[in-house]
Amino acid sequence: MQLSHVTEGRIYMSNIAKAFAGGKAFIPFITCGDPDLETTGKLVREMAANGADLIELGIPFSDPTAEGPVIQGANIRALSGGITTDKIFEFVEELRKDVTVPMVFMTYANVVFSYNAERFISTCQRIGIDGLILPDLPFEEKNEFLPVCRKYGVDLISLIAPTSADRIAMIAKEADGFIYIVSSLGVTGVRSKITTDISKLVSVIRENTDIPCAVGFGISTPEQAKEMSQYADGVIVGSAIVKQIAEYGKDSPATVGSYVKKMKDAIRS
Amino acid sequence: MRRQKKGKIDMINKKGRFGRHGGQFIPETLMNAVIELEKAYDHYKDDPEFNKELNDLLANYAGRPSLLYYADKLTKTLGGAKIYLKREDLNHTGSHKINNVLGQALLAKKMGKTRLIAETGAGQHGVATATAAALLGMECVVFMGEEDTKRQALNVYRMRLLGATVIPVTSGTATLKDAVSEAMREWTSRIDDTHYCLGSVMGPHPFPTIVRDFQAVISKEAREQILELEGRLPDAVVACVGGGSNAIGSFYNFINDEEVRLVGCEAAGRGIDTFETAATINTGSLGIFHGMKSYFCQDDYGQIAPVYSISAGLDYPGVGPEHAYLHDIGRAEYVPVTDDEAVEAFEFLSRTEGIIPAIESAHAVAYAMKLAVELGKDKIIIVTISGRGDKDCAAIARYRGENIYE
Repeated sequence: MQLSHVTEGRIYMSNIAKAFAGGKAFIPFITCGDPDLETTGKLVREMAANGADLIELGIPFSDPTAEGPVIQGANIRALSGGITTDKIFEFVEELRKDVTVPMVFMTYANVVFSYNAERFISTCQRIGIDGLILPDLPFEEKNEFLPVCRKYGVDLISLIAPTSADRIAMIAKEADGFIYIVSSLGVTGVRSKITTDISKLVSVIRENTDIPCAVGFGISTPEQAKEMSQYADGVIVGSAIVKQIAEYGKDSPATVGSYVKKMKDAIRS
Repeated sequence: MRRQKKGKIDMINKKGRFGRHGGQFIPETLMNAVIELEKAYDHYKDDPEFNKELNDLLANYAGRPSLLYYADKLTKTLGGAKIYLKREDLNHTGSHKINNVLGQALLAKKMGKTRLIAETGAGQHGVATATAAALLGMECVVFMGEEDTKRQALNVYRMRLLGATVIPVTSGTATLKDAVSEAMREWTSRIDDTHYCLGSVMGPHPFPTIVRDFQAVISKEAREQILELEGRLPDAVVACVGGGSNAIGSFYNFINDEEVRLVGCEAAGRGIDTFETAATINTGSLGIFHGMKSYFCQDDYGQIAPVYSISAGLDYPGVGPEHAYLHDIGRAEYVPVTDDEAVEAFEFLSRTEGIIPAIESAHAVAYAMKLAVELGKDKIIIVTISGRGDKDCAAIARYRGENIYE
């Protein structure tokens, strides 16, 4: 696995690479500002303390077309609470003073585009965001943001889906950070069963790149996480956590913390 | 009043781009589906057998060519330019939507798809899709904002009658934009047997091109008809713009005729100086949404704005990328028309010509009425009546304070 890059003559390990350096990575997702930023901060700390290796922070979007009802709900709650991109930047900057866990933003192309890509991505670098996941930015459109991402050392994460087939090699060859394997067709949300042959996807990816792969979409139980971690380098869980936040609100950090521990333990072995 | 070309226009002729607009901003899960669609379309668009079948359906099922009707009484009442109405309302299913749907449904069938999904605003596109699905023996699921299922209850019943399943969409503002989002979500979960029959010149490439090509029959006919009737081209072509399919269809074969003014009428709702508007080009800004780069009504942070228009079919926060491009280069002009103006035109055309236009089309009629007076007597205007207004009668009655029951 390639864990280091040579940049400006120095060899260093990127934060995202570090997330995968200590065995299988557990990657939780939460939406910033759901239900408020104070709770988001507590959630990040709880998750980091309980074994999260990389945290995906969602910047809410009014019309999240890749999300199922659970994460749609989180987007609505956050936006109706008055969350904006600027408030999230301030929040992360503050958080970074003592939180060292690698973090990436997950949002939609328009949130970055409308803010001005250069301004958005340079801010990511400044406040310590290590990567960017944009589910509506496929390989064909990545040049909208990739040159700026590379300029500021913010990894633009590539997604590979069960339908990617002959596209996998092309995507994997140019991928930065880690590869996000979409486990199933459809939108985000808990699934009782994942039917895609993930090991096959991973083997094609492996022929083309050394960067780590993490599987997301539909994973909620320790058993699923354990199974997925046999094929991939990391496991991403969103809706199952966001559901707990929807249920417990401000009191969710403790519940989410113990859930993260359980999930991390399941993939640790 | 034609807009002058401002600065350098990005003319990169990238696939699926209209200047800086267009593209394919969709989840990876859908990429192979749109690539497969593009390949199939590139193959079939020039296939004689496919075109023979499609033209047969357009002529013998949809009732094309549609009339180009000289609205003598309307013209004389206004005392200005001669007004011709391109009667897409006379098509089977009552709007221009059937032109695109027959093309896409036939294409989907050739691709081996057995199921059509569609979004609908006013219900016109949903009805057309349900109709084509019934005719071609395909399964059909239509996503419609819950708000619109109430505004357009009759069309919901029509779709069900035609064998389609109508799914009311409750997310977001429960209107057209949310119906599109939901149809996209559905498509990512079921691609193998399903074609997303997108109803407007929007979304990811190749949809804006496919839909435009299937709708271009409007201006192909209109151009021939006006040359036949008047021996010359019109001075202006006027059509309403939501996503913009009837407008691009009405403009397309006139784009190279630079002396023909192309006017798109956007739904201003309660006015472009209010938040209750859907006039995207007049009030929006450049963004990326629903698979395309184009103009959108949005806030400073790129959150899509909840738009409003009396017309469910124009109640959309974006506009097709080719319109955005025609605006950028100054080839077409886009004007706002309010609810009030549209309702007045709806009533006026009904009384003067005995033609009840869809409330969407009434936006174009409203502007054409002004333009006719402005241009004066020796000029000619073609107005596209994109659909018929039966579906709107109850809503307009309510707008006028009359409570009628369907």
